[in-house]
Amino acid sequence: MSNTAASAAGSQRISMLKVLNPFHVWALGVGIVLVGEFMGWNFSVAKGGAYGALIACWVIGLLYTCVAMIDSEVTSTVAAAGGQYTQAKHIIGPLMAFNVGLYLVMAYTMLEAADALIVGDLMKSGAEAMGYAGLNTQPFVVLTIAFLAWLNYRGVFMTLTLNFVITLVAFIAILILFIGVDPMNPGAVLKHKELLTDLPYGWIGVIASLQFGMWYFLGIEGTCQAAEETRSAARSIPLGTMGGMMTLLVAATLTWYVCTGLMPWQYLGQAYTPLYDAATIVGNPNLQILLFVGTLFAAVASANGCINDASRAWFSLGRDRFMPGWFGAIHPRYRTPYRAIIFLIPIAVSFAFTGLLDQVITFSILSGLLGYTFMSINMVKFRKMWPIGSIKRGYIHPFHPIPAIVLFVLCAAVYFATFLGYGASLLAIMAFYIAASVWFTLRRYQFVKRGDQFTMPWPRPKGY
Amino acid sequence: MSFWQLLSYAAWGISGLLILWMLADMASVSKQYDEDFLMSSREGADELAEK
Repeated sequence: MSNTAASAAGSQRISMLKVLNPFHVWALGVGIVLVGEFMGWNFSVAKGGAYGALIACWVIGLLYTCVAMIDSEVTSTVAAAGGQYTQAKHIIGPLMAFNVGLYLVMAYTMLEAADALIVGDLMKSGAEAMGYAGLNTQPFVVLTIAFLAWLNYRGVFMTLTLNFVITLVAFIAILILFIGVDPMNPGAVLKHKELLTDLPYGWIGVIASLQFGMWYFLGIEGTCQAAEETRSAARSIPLGTMGGMMTLLVAATLTWYVCTGLMPWQYLGQAYTPLYDAATIVGNPNLQILLFVGTLFAAVASANGCINDASRAWFSLGRDRFMPGWFGAIHPRYRTPYRAIIFLIPIAVSFAFTGLLDQVITFSILSGLLGYTFMSINMVKFRKMWPIGSIKRGYIHPFHPIPAIVLFVLCAAVYFATFLGYGASLLAIMAFYIAASVWFTLRRYQFVKRGDQFTMPWPRPKGY
Repeated sequence: MSFWQLLSYAAWGISGLLILWMLADMASVSKQYDEDFLMSSREGADELAEK
């Protein structure tokens, strides 16, 4: 495969390798998210009880199904790194594109930091179990980030092939745990009759639980970042994304079913590693080891995918001069956005060293949520500017504009839920993005390659 | 020195080596290649868009 293309002027042009297939896309999306099944989702139980968490799981599942449908359609026409940033650039405008690009970088870098913190904590737990208390987690946090950044630096194919393997192991661990609790004989191991209660805080608790319901699915939209490196992106991205969403809906529901049948909601709502705890309660040492490995693999896969996605978003911002153009370089041998990968290492390590897992995750969720809100507006505008038939689409999502409207309404509900629990964080992040927007408008926009950034062979939009 | 302490030092060491390797490689690439070439990529185009 030739990976440099001759430009019109006859000089050589570098490009990323188109080597990925739908399985890699699945591994990228599910890999980022699956850690949320191993830990985090259960905080929704503390807010809304077991049934509240199930409602949150399915309501937020609907939100992310809308995200996956919209993303699949738009990305099937935009075969470019940057994902939602690139969509915003083409469909809405530079200020929205800058903000969306920043949401992506912040969401993935913070999630990466949180994943690395989890790996460090798991190492500490492992050391304690083997009789060594007080292990310093920092070297393992840095090693996780440095090793995965190195892997990403060396090439996307190996990076996402590894993600496929470890994500699959983590997913199979959930399936084996489900089989291990004898689901065909209710009452034998699972005690839903005794443990399931009414909504402990009523419907306001259910709404509050929506924020933590995001953990079940946060990051599946990251599949779009692989568009420029995927063979037949128009087919592979929708296949990988929708397949990933189905996998997550299954994994989330099984996780809820197993955990709520083994633990009272008061304990489950504050457990650190609920799936591992479930395996411990079952009392099978092999299951315990499998779930420990599954949790570790899920955290590593998530950090790995986050490095991939954050670096592509940062690279795209650099390529269009939304950020310094220096970041828009591609490695001549490995064909990766190597400068963006290196640049984001100290940022991820800094977030991780704060040790504030809940704040880091909240910032990540809010950045993601801002991006989803944009997507609903983006979709309506996309169909207006390029109606069906005016541009080649690899996938057309059904029932437009219902998914866009549902997405917008559900995003509003999650903002309200977040305000109930993390009002100060919500206001702080809004202030941060407003300040960044002012900086972009006054100082940075003058450097943007206004004409050169639109290189897709799209027809002129309707009405322009 | 316990196994876990040794493991911690090994983690610091390997992390440092990996980061140094990336920085050295980045510097070497900058020396060997022209900046315009390294930053010459453009948004990709899928075969559907090319039709």
